[in-house]
Amino acid sequence: MKRKRTFKSYCLGIESTADDFSVGISTFGGEILANVVSAYIPPEGGIHPREAARHHAEVASKVLKEAFKKAGIKPQNLSIIAFSQGPGLGPCLRTGATVARALASYLGIPLVGINHCVAHIEIGKLKTGAKDPVTLYVSGGNTIVSAFDSGRYRVFGETLDIALGNCLDVFAREAGLRQRVGEPFGAVVEKLAEKGKRLISLPYTVKGMDLSFSGLLTSATNLLKKGEYKLEDLCYSLQETVFSMVTEVTERALAHTEKKEVLLTGGVAANKRLQSMIKTIAEEHDAEFCVVPSEFAIDNGAMITWTGILAYTHGVATPIQKSFVKLRWRLEEVEVTWVR
Amino acid sequence: MGKMKQPLLIKKGAEASLYLADWHGRKVIMKKRLPKKYRLPKLDEQIKTYRTNHEPQLMHEAKRAGVPTPTIFLVDIKGATIIMEFIKGKQVKQLLDEISKSERLYLCLKIGELIGRLHECGIIHGDLTPSNMIQNSEGKIFFVDFGLGEKRKELEARGVDLHLMKRALQSTHFRFAEECFNAVIESYSKVLDAETVKNVLDKIKEIERRGRYVAKRKGEEE
Repeated sequence: MKRKRTFKSYCLGIESTADDFSVGISTFGGEILANVVSAYIPPEGGIHPREAARHHAEVASKVLKEAFKKAGIKPQNLSIIAFSQGPGLGPCLRTGATVARALASYLGIPLVGINHCVAHIEIGKLKTGAKDPVTLYVSGGNTIVSAFDSGRYRVFGETLDIALGNCLDVFAREAGLRQRVGEPFGAVVEKLAEKGKRLISLPYTVKGMDLSFSGLLTSATNLLKKGEYKLEDLCYSLQETVFSMVTEVTERALAHTEKKEVLLTGGVAANKRLQSMIKTIAEEHDAEFCVVPSEFAIDNGAMITWTGILAYTHGVATPIQKSFVKLRWRLEEVEVTWVR
Repeated sequence: MGKMKQPLLIKKGAEASLYLADWHGRKVIMKKRLPKKYRLPKLDEQIKTYRTNHEPQLMHEAKRAGVPTPTIFLVDIKGATIIMEFIKGKQVKQLLDEISKSERLYLCLKIGELIGRLHECGIIHGDLTPSNMIQNSEGKIFFVDFGLGEKRKELEARGVDLHLMKRALQSTHFRFAEECFNAVIESYSKVLDAETVKNVLDKIKEIERRGRYVAKRKGEEE
């Protein structure tokens, strides 16, 4: 018998673009019942895609079981399976996609491939109540300023090289700092920066609406190796410079689009200093400042789940033979059929 | 700063505010970089001073390259203010949506030539977007807002400059972004020598591939 799609319909979403493997379960009405994340923390260095994928494969069944337990439903209650189809690291994406395909075909229910960047925006809107924001999405893998126009989320500004979060992470690693579960590099740098007082001049690179962080990172790392400056002051200067850069571009997008909301999301959204900067420009342009709660700002399964529901209820489904992962799937390539 | 009657705020940009003012009987634009509360005062001061200082210099050099820019009347570094000629006309951003396809292509050909002249003289505009170009009643196109400009001749800088133009077209004029950009490149190619043009075009492709998550990345060929 065919299950009817009512408020009792459920969607399970799988997120595995980078170092997190996460499963979310939600009702079609947008009530998040479970959002379980398992983070891969490398013993040293950055994320090795194959090692991260191995972690994802190892924890997948445990995370799935925990999500079902938290949501209080059985796999048979599900109506659709959503998964992050890209952009991201190949081995990680493939691991998540394999789990999603297996579940969908075993249960005989539709599969929906979701763009990771779109999902960040949609969960942000759900959680903050924003309707049509300029979004600043800053994480370890992405730095994008976007806004909705004519059926798609258009990219107004983005990084020309590395992501802002990546810039902070690499600097922290070069400085010999350590991250832990619940305290990523960004948080460690933020803590040190609070003690910094002296502003050290670093390259401020805004090119039109786009940004560049790689030269800035090299410069900061070189100063660090010279050993003439206090680490606190370097963290402080690094934060002040990179956050001023993204805030400038976000403000320009806000002035250009004249939208009335600013949404801050991604892992770096947790930073209090960045929040205060974005809040300042929002106030100056009479826009509402919305920041996504940390649980839903970092990579998480719930955002894939919720976006899967939006897409599926507006005619989007991904047949298994077309469910290959898209490593470089740009935000603006996605037709956003569910907005207006 | 001289006599100034009630300046009228005409545009509150993200970087500076533009006022239309009467200055010694002349209609002028007063561009004032306001302090940004989100930035540390020291960083704010550095950025404002640098941009107020460099913008008029680049505008002057652009003129020498044969690219119309508003005439500078006064620069006040401490007040982060530039007083310049008021250009009566329409932003290319608006025009693109209003005119016919052939007019659009003609306009883009003219713009491409002007960008070529800037680059030929080692000037990088830094924010090439249709909203920073104004066409006056005689059809002359003025380039404005050199606040993010630089004096450079590297392929990288030229490539990023054109890449920004392409991106600006894609984000606000996506319906005809491609034809517009092709026209820009067509006439740009006539100003600089063939080898440089080829290298700049290769650079643009490289910059696009370097970006996050594009179909083909640097070093990859299909």
